[in-house]
Amino acid sequence: MTPTKNGKASAKPRKRGSAATKKDGARGKRKPRTTGKTSAAAAKPRAASKAAAKKPTAKKANEKPVAKAPAAKKPAKAKPKWEPQIVVFACNWCSYAGADTAGVSRIQHQPNFRMIRVMCSGRIQPAFVLRAFEKGADGVLVSGCHFGDCHYIFGNERAAEQFEKTKNMVRLLGIEGGRLRLEWISAAEGARFAQVINEFTDQVRDLGPIPFSKSQRIEQTEDVA
Amino acid sequence: MYDLAKDTNAWACYDCGKCTGTCPITRAGASYSPRRHVLAANLGGRQKVVPDDSLSVCLTCSQCDQRCPAEVNYTALVMRLREVAHDEGHEPECPHGGALQSVMRMMAKGGTEQDRLGWLSDDLDTDPERGMVFYWTGCAMYYDAFFPEFEVKILDGTKAAVKLLNSLGVKPVVSPNERCCGHDLLWNGDRKNFDALAEHNVNLVKESGASILVTSCAECLRTWKLDYAPLLEGTDLRVCHLSEYLAENLDILKLSPDGERKITFQDPCRLGRHLNIYDPPRQLLAAVPGIEFAEMGRRGPGATCCAGGTWSNCDRFAKKMQVERLREARATGAEVMVTACPKCQIHFRCAMKDPNLGDEIAIEMRDVAEVVVEALID
Repeated sequence: MTPTKNGKASAKPRKRGSAATKKDGARGKRKPRTTGKTSAAAAKPRAASKAAAKKPTAKKANEKPVAKAPAAKKPAKAKPKWEPQIVVFACNWCSYAGADTAGVSRIQHQPNFRMIRVMCSGRIQPAFVLRAFEKGADGVLVSGCHFGDCHYIFGNERAAEQFEKTKNMVRLLGIEGGRLRLEWISAAEGARFAQVINEFTDQVRDLGPIPFSKSQRIEQTEDVA
Repeated sequence: MYDLAKDTNAWACYDCGKCTGTCPITRAGASYSPRRHVLAANLGGRQKVVPDDSLSVCLTCSQCDQRCPAEVNYTALVMRLREVAHDEGHEPECPHGGALQSVMRMMAKGGTEQDRLGWLSDDLDTDPERGMVFYWTGCAMYYDAFFPEFEVKILDGTKAAVKLLNSLGVKPVVSPNERCCGHDLLWNGDRKNFDALAEHNVNLVKESGASILVTSCAECLRTWKLDYAPLLEGTDLRVCHLSEYLAENLDILKLSPDGERKITFQDPCRLGRHLNIYDPPRQLLAAVPGIEFAEMGRRGPGATCCAGGTWSNCDRFAKKMQVERLREARATGAEVMVTACPKCQIHFRCAMKDPNLGDEIAIEMRDVAEVVVEALID
């Protein structure tokens, strides 16, 4: 029996040994196994593996601050065309289907949004919206079934309550009210979906980029798009 | 890791297990052991500790620090370990979906004009920019907006505090540009955003020309006193809790009896164990005529925590602790449970919402300032 074999017999020393010898990439790969325990943490493995995949490029940027200079120049060229980035939360049964209707009916609308489907608008708690703003969204649209139409009977009433809270928080933070909107859109209202999106996108475009100043101490937020 | 073990005195641990025995969340049934982290820090050697989820279970209430015979600073150890965890991409399972952390990070970014002072009424005399006394409001308005279902009214305490300062002839600075002190981000391990907030806040107070900073929030107080200390070096800014400030000026404060009431006091962990401030709130409450003071069995350094200090943990064990504490408060026969930290109010009010226990644990909760202001002669 060699000491290494003994080491392999118990999990603890082996783990520690491998962490010491393996490089960053290997440790990154191990992360999903240690997290990913509950539903709240379910999103983490993806983020972790993403970070692991991005690591080489991130390292280069860290090593050479000079590398940042061309990166800063790049948006300067493309800057004149700022386009809003909007996050749309849509419930599975009405609003998401409404968006589908708009697509199937080939109704044209502005493409500046990313849609996040949830099973019910009642799921959309203030944290979701605040997180979207934190990550750099210029506008957030929350949508669900009309009152009385909720697939889960009263989920949208809960959504309205939660939205009230969200609105107050957003107001306190000094984010313009026009960046946040609640709309009830049914599965049949494809045209209305397109209209709401167009209106809201124009409104956010007029307001301009989200006003958070990105001081150099804070890392640049990930692009929502 | 060697430094960590040295700085927090973890090396001195002789494995007696008192920390785990004292830990209130462990006593409530959680499978959690502070000793394990001390051991891990000691065994860690030069390697990085790979933190697990149990790190966020710690309430950072500092109870174990009180009892540790080897004077291991476990609370500081957890703070540092959480930083390591955060840097490695671990995030605590934040209650409330991490909404409050998002709010703090947005404040750290800055750039927006917060609507902080909507509560200021005409009868309150404040200055938005300059003055000798800076009244630090903390995030009271955010809590009120976020917890309407618990009938949380932290702002009532804030208003009362300003009124009391006015009655002492002080026109405090209440700034619209204040940002969260970053307490919870720091305790969640997010040092980067905490530093940004700290820098902004310290500059704001320095520019106001204030020599005293008064706050009603025990967590803000801890952050200003201990965690901002390196930034405040070279200034003569004095940081104190409202109850300390009022207790010093008791002779100027004109109080008259406002009915007979029996009250009890919940020591916030930040005010008590973290900063050793036990007497000023009691002196202040004793000075209010018509108030009978009833102490709970576990008080002062032994007081239990509200079990939700850093927005990083909430579970059935936390709930159990809160319910037990509320029963203890009820057993004193007091009508009102007074505290000096917004979070104690939020968490106990949440526990009181339990429909199965309802009346058994219901007790009125107030901030110290609210109780004193009622007895104030205009």
